[in-house]
Amino acid sequence: MSAREEILGRIRRSLRDVPSGESPEDVAVERGYRKKDEAPHEEIVDRFAEHVAEYRATVHRVGEDELPAAIERALRERGVGRLVVPADLPEGWVPEGVEVLRDGADGHRLTNGELDRSDGVLTGCSLGISQTGTIVLDAGEAQGRRALTLLPDYHLCVVREDQVVGLVPEAIERLGETVRTEGRAVTFVSGPSATSDIELIRVEGVHGPRTLEVLISG
Amino acid sequence: MRVALFITCFNDTLFPETGRATVRVLERLGVEVDFPVEQTCCGQMHFNTGYQREAIPLVRRFVEVFEPYDAVVAPSGSCVGMVRELYGRAAELAGDAELARGVEALVPRVFELSEFLVNGLGVTDIGAYYPHRVTYHPTCHSLRMLRVGEAPLKLLRAVRGLDLVELPQAEECCGFGGTFAVKNAETSTAMLSDKLHHVKETGAEAVAAGDNSCLLHIGGGLQRGQDGIDTVHLAEILDATERR
Amino acid sequence: MTSAKHAPDAFSKGKTPTFEVSARESLADHQLRRNLGKATKTIRGKRAEAVGEMPDWEELREAGRALKERTMRHLDHYLVELEESVKRAGGHVHWARDGEEANRIIAEIARSHEAREVVKVKSIATDETRLNEHLESEGIEAVETDLAELIIQLAGETSSHILVPAIHKNRAEIRTLFMRELGLDDLSDEPEALTEAARLYLRKKFLGAKVGVSGANFAVAETGTVCVVESEGNGRMCTTLPPVLVTLMGIEKLIPEWRDFEVFMQTLPRSSTAERMNPYTSFWTGVSPESGDGPEEFHLVLLDNGRTDVLADEIGRQSLNCIRCSACLNVCPVYERTGGHAYNSVYPGPIGAILTPQLVGIGKPGPDSLPYASSLCGACYDVCPVKINIPEVLIHLRGKVVRNHQDNDGLKGKLDPENVAMQVMAKTFSDRRLYEAAQRLALIGQWPLARSGTIHRLPGKLSGWTATRDLKALPKETFRQWWKTRKNRSGS
Repeated sequence: MSAREEILGRIRRSLRDVPSGESPEDVAVERGYRKKDEAPHEEIVDRFAEHVAEYRATVHRVGEDELPAAIERALRERGVGRLVVPADLPEGWVPEGVEVLRDGADGHRLTNGELDRSDGVLTGCSLGISQTGTIVLDAGEAQGRRALTLLPDYHLCVVREDQVVGLVPEAIERLGETVRTEGRAVTFVSGPSATSDIELIRVEGVHGPRTLEVLISG
Repeated sequence: MRVALFITCFNDTLFPETGRATVRVLERLGVEVDFPVEQTCCGQMHFNTGYQREAIPLVRRFVEVFEPYDAVVAPSGSCVGMVRELYGRAAELAGDAELARGVEALVPRVFELSEFLVNGLGVTDIGAYYPHRVTYHPTCHSLRMLRVGEAPLKLLRAVRGLDLVELPQAEECCGFGGTFAVKNAETSTAMLSDKLHHVKETGAEAVAAGDNSCLLHIGGGLQRGQDGIDTVHLAEILDATERR
Repeated sequence: MTSAKHAPDAFSKGKTPTFEVSARESLADHQLRRNLGKATKTIRGKRAEAVGEMPDWEELREAGRALKERTMRHLDHYLVELEESVKRAGGHVHWARDGEEANRIIAEIARSHEAREVVKVKSIATDETRLNEHLESEGIEAVETDLAELIIQLAGETSSHILVPAIHKNRAEIRTLFMRELGLDDLSDEPEALTEAARLYLRKKFLGAKVGVSGANFAVAETGTVCVVESEGNGRMCTTLPPVLVTLMGIEKLIPEWRDFEVFMQTLPRSSTAERMNPYTSFWTGVSPESGDGPEEFHLVLLDNGRTDVLADEIGRQSLNCIRCSACLNVCPVYERTGGHAYNSVYPGPIGAILTPQLVGIGKPGPDSLPYASSLCGACYDVCPVKINIPEVLIHLRGKVVRNHQDNDGLKGKLDPENVAMQVMAKTFSDRRLYEAAQRLALIGQWPLARSGTIHRLPGKLSGWTATRDLKALPKETFRQWWKTRKNRSGS
């Protein structure tokens, strides 16, 4: 007998107390928790900014038209010379005078080595979650594949105000479609990478980008 | 209303003064108390140590003895916890449907003393006088199993002359845990030592609780250390008046 | 790198000591006590704060419990669904009856890609199967990439906490270890500097690895999505960079639908690291070769290793609901003082005390002692994000241990002093007259022990009490004697 058949057989024997007519949905699941943050959207965005900042990420609020200038300032202050960007980053985001490593340009995917040697990465995002200060990446528009936001030591991320949702359930619901139909990978980013493995003292920046800077544009 | 005192074997044998105080407090409030002498032990020690087959006759006995009463009151959160939380399991284990029905009918009528006074009778001030600095240990089973909540504190706050001081890390276990204190004596002692440290920190003259098992443990540690701090059951504080 | 000295644990072949014996050793390690006391107190406070800001925490706990109950009651259905979903998304699914089979499957995958080294993200399932040892025996080095796992791997030790495996070590100890094992001449003991040293050492490993190995926090039956919840980014590295990814997952880790993350992504981070959200969570669904995002090949290994036995026990079954948050460890007064090693299992603390003996089976002295490593204070149940009634299961397992001892250990089991005493007491309590006689007898019996109302020393097994605590002596009159006299007085 294959391991599969044997394990499934064991499970069925172990569950003899479950009536044969019972279906999974017969086991009641009471979802009495909050599904949506009913606060005004402005408040939700304010809280998002606060919560992201509490993870010791740098947060700036900028008007939509100020975005290119804000990006330029952030990159200059950080001293970024070689900037990784996804293939479909919106026109006008990348300032002059920065060497751009565009992933997938001319059919060339950046190697891990190239990503590692870059100074930073600039992306958009899929969603922001106000309740937890989380940025969600789903390899969709302006985000690129996962390695792009992982190997560079600095991540500059643009979140549009209309991308911010209130609670975790709102985000999970919005992402469901992408996961179900396209199977794209999803990453939740809440502040820079961190560890508390030594005496439970939090140290920011272990393996991912050690610096996360967020521009909330609206 | 017919109210039975469930003294618990532990109090009956080791802490008769708590039983006497409980009777006097209830009578002072106009409750007619009966003590069914056929009662022995609720079976908690057996059940919690794993001797569950052996506990079943004790469960059966408890249900038979207390079945005729409208309310059963015990000065022990732990023993009431056993009845409320585990008697159903014991009946299931016995495979005895009649016992299960008996348990189901009786359990809602079994109360820990502070619950009975505050939630059952609706009193908090029963005219007690106890002019001492006291700290209160909530005991795990009253706190997390029975969820008596504020009831004991409401009673204590109403006692005249009593200076109630907060116990740091009050919600942490004293390390008694029944046979745990013997089977894992060293770990139990390590837990007790922190509890004693916090008790001493308060500068209280006495530690109060609703369970003499925890007080036996804490008191045993205080006595060994010659700390000069007493242990006292809540019932005995409530029993104390200006006249006695 | 030194080869780990593999201490026996409940899942290895050797016999393990009982909790009482191991706890004695841990309690005597005062540095350990200080490290643990500080760490657990810190995280307890933080957790209370993180949970305190959630007005619907109880509803989330209840939903989590119910979802896990639904999963367990229909585990066969959901596993088959998961298998289909993963395959549909381009992944491979393997089934492993036990740890050895899982290890063989993983080693075979590594060998087929000629990998001499695999990078690993913290996975307790692989600790349970002792994967690293197995790979080592096949000439494949497993590099632990979680900072704490790296620390204990370099030290040749085992984990002592589900979430913070090196919770027993302080910064000075780690500094010495890193200088020795990573060949560094100078290193400060600041956590920042120690973390930087690990980053540099591991970055090379990540970039060169052909195979990554991970555990799973969740897998979704509906979509085939696998989820790893982490903080450091090593999880993202291991699951994204190597061309081949193998995930080992206990069969109980699945959840029915994608939607169910709306519950668990709220309860897990706050319960474990006490944050609103942990820094990184990765969700992947099979492979996506056309976009070049992540590995080209994905294998999911489904592990039984005793889990189906746990499932068979209607009371014990809830233990499988565990989402490995470790909140129960942090609030446990026993764990706080003994630390994780006293449990001799990859699953320490209250959850380990119920999971370990069920996974390895009743009847082994080491694991059998674990359900007794608790004062039944109930703090673990209060914090559990999926409402596992740990005290209930502890008591249930004690019942199983005793019954097994009585029924299967022959005369030795029956003549065990504890068993004899319990039988006598049960008899006594069953008869009021016997009980009253025993009360009188005890009063006489204590006479040689009691001095002015106090007993300072008890004989035999009971001496554990009086080694550190006095015992109040029996009063002259029992309550029932007082009652009878009083009644007679008032009746006359």
